[in-house]
Amino acid sequence: MQFIKQDINFDFIGKTRLAGILSVVLILISAGSMVIKGGPKYGIDFAGGTLIQVQFAEQMDVVKIRAIIDKIDLSSSSVQPFGDKGENEYLISINETVDDLQGLSGKVKALFDKSFGKENFEIRRVEMVGPKVGADLRQKGFMAVICSLLGMLAYIWWRFEFKFGIGAILALTHDVIITLGALSIAGKAIDLPIIAAILTVVGYSVNDTIIVSDRIRENTRRMSRDKLGKVINMSINQTLSRTIITSLTTLLVVIALFFFGGGVIHDFAFTLMVGVIVGTYSSIFIASPLLLLWEKILHDNRVQGK
Amino acid sequence: MTKNLKWKAVLICSVIALALVYILPTFCTVPIWWEDNLPSEKISLGLDLQGGVHLLLEVEAGKAVENTLERYAEELEEVLFTERIPFDHVDKISATEIEIGIIDPDTREKIEGIISSRFKVLKQKGKPVEENDMIRYVLEIDSQEAEYISKLAVDQAIETIRNRIDAFGVSEPIILKQGMDKILIQLPGVDDPDRAIDLIGKTAILEFKLVDDENSLAEAKTGNIPAESQLLYQRQTDPKTSEVTKTPFLLKKRTLLTGDRLINASVRIDSRFNEPYVSIEFDSRGAKIFERITKKNTKKRLAIILDDNVYSAPTIQDRISGGHAQITGRFSMEEARDLAIVLRAGSLPAPVKILERRQVGPSLGQDSIDQGVKSIIIGSLLVLVFILVYYGASGLVADFALVLNILLILAALAAFRATLTLPGIAGMVLTIGMAIDANVLIFERTREELRLGKTARAAIDSGYSKALITILDSNITTFVAALFLFQFGTGPVKGFAVTLSIGIIASLFTAIVVTRFIFDYFLMRRSVKKISI
Repeated sequence: MQFIKQDINFDFIGKTRLAGILSVVLILISAGSMVIKGGPKYGIDFAGGTLIQVQFAEQMDVVKIRAIIDKIDLSSSSVQPFGDKGENEYLISINETVDDLQGLSGKVKALFDKSFGKENFEIRRVEMVGPKVGADLRQKGFMAVICSLLGMLAYIWWRFEFKFGIGAILALTHDVIITLGALSIAGKAIDLPIIAAILTVVGYSVNDTIIVSDRIRENTRRMSRDKLGKVINMSINQTLSRTIITSLTTLLVVIALFFFGGGVIHDFAFTLMVGVIVGTYSSIFIASPLLLLWEKILHDNRVQGK
Repeated sequence: MTKNLKWKAVLICSVIALALVYILPTFCTVPIWWEDNLPSEKISLGLDLQGGVHLLLEVEAGKAVENTLERYAEELEEVLFTERIPFDHVDKISATEIEIGIIDPDTREKIEGIISSRFKVLKQKGKPVEENDMIRYVLEIDSQEAEYISKLAVDQAIETIRNRIDAFGVSEPIILKQGMDKILIQLPGVDDPDRAIDLIGKTAILEFKLVDDENSLAEAKTGNIPAESQLLYQRQTDPKTSEVTKTPFLLKKRTLLTGDRLINASVRIDSRFNEPYVSIEFDSRGAKIFERITKKNTKKRLAIILDDNVYSAPTIQDRISGGHAQITGRFSMEEARDLAIVLRAGSLPAPVKILERRQVGPSLGQDSIDQGVKSIIIGSLLVLVFILVYYGASGLVADFALVLNILLILAALAAFRATLTLPGIAGMVLTIGMAIDANVLIFERTREELRLGKTARAAIDSGYSKALITILDSNITTFVAALFLFQFGTGPVKGFAVTLSIGIIASLFTAIVVTRFIFDYFLMRRSVKKISI
């Protein structure tokens, strides 16, 4: 069985302009959403705050929960349904922390005890991150992303030529921006697991790009008389089947995570899902054509035509 | 079979056998002889899967320094008193400084001698200032001494907290010092996290003070508190309505006795009201002090205060000798038990602040495990079926490699005693999707070679050799990302990095070595012309 015909020769390079426009539009939408919403939305891991996941025995109204939370004097808080429907689970996020022992979760619990009765609800998860720890985690998350980008760049540089590295890094920057944009549009907060997901997307995107790059390098040796555009296009076509199959298997498991993994890693799976789709697209339409662009700028004589 | 192939067979079989040995204890109970001779470590689950509490505390070590300084100030006052040096005041003026105001200039030499000989850790800061017939000395605590006190306070706090947790009964708690003044605590499987946190974080300074009956309480409540007194509250929570009532008490500031002199504390039941109370016992010196206090203050009220919270203030009926006392206060059984635990373990040398708290209830943990397992099963089934349909018999080989890959990840987790977290499970699911990539690369390449008219054997050979370098390149880059994630990640995210890295290494073995062996084995036995790929 095969999806991609063996003699396929789709003109990807010819679609560079179109893909470029699409990417620019997507990046603009992503950036726009983040600007409108005042930067990426940080979860409590990075911003500090308190998060309480509570499950009620019976159906509950968000407004009712809100009314009770409002009794505590808080600068800002949100109550939203969480997880599968019919589970009566809610996530209360509060952008504040107090450092006394019971914290805000203790206050919320006491209020719920009074209003709903002890047996009618269960606090299933509490996460409280103080401002100091939040700043620390933010710095660590930032370092993790920067270091892994540099590490991958160094590896690609060492294994390939610098131009391949540039193409790969630009492609994954493109992927990260659009993934962040999707998170922003969907109103999801960036937490530690999301950073992990984004780094995975980065790894995945680089993966894809490397495979095409490897093929380009191999073909460049064999087809030294052909124009670079033709070599690149052929390489993309030759690896297309693998790109599609691997994306598909990865998507299959990510979709399984998204639908069956439960509320806690729902956003994590969402990030991966967007990232894998965008990453696949960018390694076909963005990374390799960028290579061509780079060569064009450096006016290599093999560039003209396809 | 060629010699090379034989060795590969041995290698693969031993890896599989070893993996099974490591995995078995996690999934079924192993017999005693196994426990004695073979690895019996189970895969340890993170707090997010097994439920529990993660706390990061900061010891306010500066407070310990301050307390020490306060004690020095009191001692200084006493020394000046006994040495008959007239003085105006001895006050702590900042967290690290004491000021002494003496009146008689002729005592300067004497006082400087006392400070340098008996209070070596207090250093004079600048020259004494003379004004308004008074000489003021500012003494600063030696910075090395302050550092030592801080360090000791953190170490002591860890010790005390460990004792409290042990008494509370938590299996396999983790209590670690982090940096200079932070303590990381992980309590797996705690049913009532609020209670545990309360118990750990209580400073638990027990004090006995007299109730100030000479001054008016009503007056004090308006903010007019006499200099020698203080206003503290008794907080009581109604067990039924959760309503908190606050009763004010006007107390003499002077602490007559503290919990430092306790040697035991235990829960007893009051036979009349059937209410629990905490019975405490002082050491011999404490018992003497207690006897003196009760003798001197008969018919007065003595307040028992824990962390500035008045528990009770009974009237002293008679002199109490023997060093036994009771703390009552409408406790629930659990509250009384916890109070006894903290009193026995002693007070923290300085208060602690909660910097980070993450707790997952056991039911959520179990849900997460169930959902994680479910998504692994569904995800892998989808991939397995897809690969089988797409690549035929070769797909079956890849599928076998994939299942083996999962097995190896689990075995490695058990062998390295790594912790499996929810993101870790996600990492495993992800690895399943990505590990197949190596085989896809090989198969696609082999298909290309077949199309060029090569024989099955030759196509497989060049498929593997040409795809190998690409597979290495792509896996190493992902590995680099995972490595930094491990370096900078915390808790659950670290778990993700661990399973991802293990998955990458395992997949190199399963997807390249194992599948290659299977192909070689079948292609050797028969003169295969066509392969299903």
